Amino acid sequence: MWEMLKMYFSYPFVRYAMIVGVLIALSSSLLGVSLVLKRFSFIGDGLSHVAFGAMAVAAVLDVGNDTAVVLPLTVLAAVLLLRTGQNAKLKGDAAIAMISVGALAFGYLFLHLFSRSANLSGDVCSTLFGSTAILTLSLTDVWLCIALSVLVVFIFILFYHRIFSVTFDETFARASGMHTELYNLLVAVVTACVIVLAMKLVGSLLISALIIFPALTAMRLFKSFRGVILASAVLSVVCAASGILLSILASTPVGATIVCVEMGMFALCSFAGGVVQGTKKGYT
Amino acid sequence: MIQISCKNVTLGYEGVAVVKDLNFEVSQGDYLYIVGENGSGKSTLIKALLHLKPPMSGEIHMDHSLLGGGIGYLPQQTIVQKDFPASVREIVLSGCLGRFGWRPFYGKKEKQTAMEHMEKLGITHLADRCYRELSGGQQQRVLLARALCATRSMLLLDEPAAGLDPEAMQEMYHLLEKLNREEKITILMVSHDIRAAAAYADHILHISEEPLFFGTKDAYIQSEIGRKYTGGMKHVGDA
Repeated sequence: MWEMLKMYFSYPFVRYAMIVGVLIALSSSLLGVSLVLKRFSFIGDGLSHVAFGAMAVAAVLDVGNDTAVVLPLTVLAAVLLLRTGQNAKLKGDAAIAMISVGALAFGYLFLHLFSRSANLSGDVCSTLFGSTAILTLSLTDVWLCIALSVLVVFIFILFYHRIFSVTFDETFARASGMHTELYNLLVAVVTACVIVLAMKLVGSLLISALIIFPALTAMRLFKSFRGVILASAVLSVVCAASGILLSILASTPVGATIVCVEMGMFALCSFAGGVVQGTKKGYT
Repeated sequence: MIQISCKNVTLGYEGVAVVKDLNFEVSQGDYLYIVGENGSGKSTLIKALLHLKPPMSGEIHMDHSLLGGGIGYLPQQTIVQKDFPASVREIVLSGCLGRFGWRPFYGKKEKQTAMEHMEKLGITHLADRCYRELSGGQQQRVLLARALCATRSMLLLDEPAAGLDPEAMQEMYHLLEKLNREEKITILMVSHDIRAAAAYADHILHISEEPLFFGTKDAYIQSEIGRKYTGGMKHVGDA
C-alpha cells in the first residue's frame, strides 16, 4: 500500500489534488462554523447551484478561464441571498431554495440547448459531483487556491472576535457600534469564493458537506467558540486528507469519498460526545 | 447632566407613524421605565435610541459619550443563542468590541474590564462554562456583564425579565437597582410589566396610548392613565 501511494504521489496532479483539497477543507470549515450557527447551512448549497448555472454559461460561451465568469456571479448571488435573509418579504430559506433550484434548472437547460460537447451527461455529472476535475488542476489553479486560502485564514484570524460577536448576537453588535452589514458582506463574499474553489474538489452538489459537517462534528465535542473553530479546522483537514488518500487507493470518486469520511467522523464524535456527557451527568 | 433629550419625535416604519409627539429627557442616574403593550412602538423606540433607525421627524439629542455604541444594550434572547457553543468569558469580552477601534485582538485592559464586571455580577466562577448550559437567570447576568463592558454610563434593557422564573426575576431587579444606586448607571428599562415599573422606576414613559405620559413615578401613579394601569397601587413605591 505504501509503495502504491508513493507511486501515485510521484505524479504532480495527485500532489496538487492533495494540497488543494486540504486547503479548501480548511477554509470551508472556518466559514462553516459561522454559517451553521447563523442558521445559514443551506447557503452553501444554494450558492453551489448558482455556481453550477454560471459554469454552464461559461462552458457554452467557451470562455478560456471559467472562474472569471463563475466567481463574480456567485459572489453576486451570495450578497443577494444574505440580504434577503434580513428582509421579511422573502424569507431567507425560501429565497435560497428558489435561487438554487432555478440556477440548477437553468444551467442544465442551457447546456442541453447550446452545448457542443459530445458527452453532455458526463460533463454535467462531473460538474455536479466533481469526479475528475480535481485531477486536472493546473499549476495556476493550485496557486490561486493557495492564495485564496491564505486570504481566508488571514481574514478569519484578523476578524475572529468580530465574527464571533456578529454570529452570536447581531443586534447587540450593531448597537455597540459595529458595522455588522460589512461583516455579513465579508462572510458572504468569502463563502462564494470558497464555494467556487470547492466545486473543483467535490462538485457542486456535495459542497455543503464540506461547510457543515466539520462545524457540526466539532460542536458535538467542544463548548467554546474557539474550541469549536479549532476542532472544526483540524477535523476538516484530517477528513479531507484521508478521504483523498482513500479515494486514490480504492479508485473511488474523490468528493463522495470525502463526504462519507466526514459522515463517519460525525457519527463517531456524536457517540463520543454522548458518552462524555453521559459520564459527566452520572457523577454530578 | 442630561444624557438624552427627545423633542417632538415621531417614530415609525415605511411612512406609517407608530409613536407621535414623543417628548422626554433622561438625566444621569435616572431609572426610567418605558412601558406599553406589544405593538405600541417600544422596539421602534429602542432602535431609535441605539441609532439603528432615524426618527421620522423631531430631534433626539444625546450626550456624545453615548454615541457610537456607548449605550450598553441587553437585547431579548434569540433562538440562535439557545444552542450556541460559547464560553461565558468569550461572550462578556465581546462587549468591549464596539469601543476599541480596529485592533484585531483584546488587550489587557479589555480582559480586566470583563473580569471586573463578571465579579460585580457574581458570575466569575462561570467564566469557562458554556453559555447554553446556564440557567435563564445566569444567562441574563452574562448578557448584562457584556452590556456593562460596552458602556460607562447607561444601560438599555429590552424585557430582561421575559422567560425568567420569579426568583431569578427578583434577583435581576435587585442587581439593576444596585447598579443604579451604587454606580450611578442610568437605566432605561423597556417592559410591559407596569407593576415592576411602579416598584423600581423613578421615571416612567408610557407610550401605549394617547396622550403619552412622561414624568416621575409618583406623578404617574396619580395620573389618570397610571391609575388605570397600576390599579391604584399607591404604596408599592414605598417598598
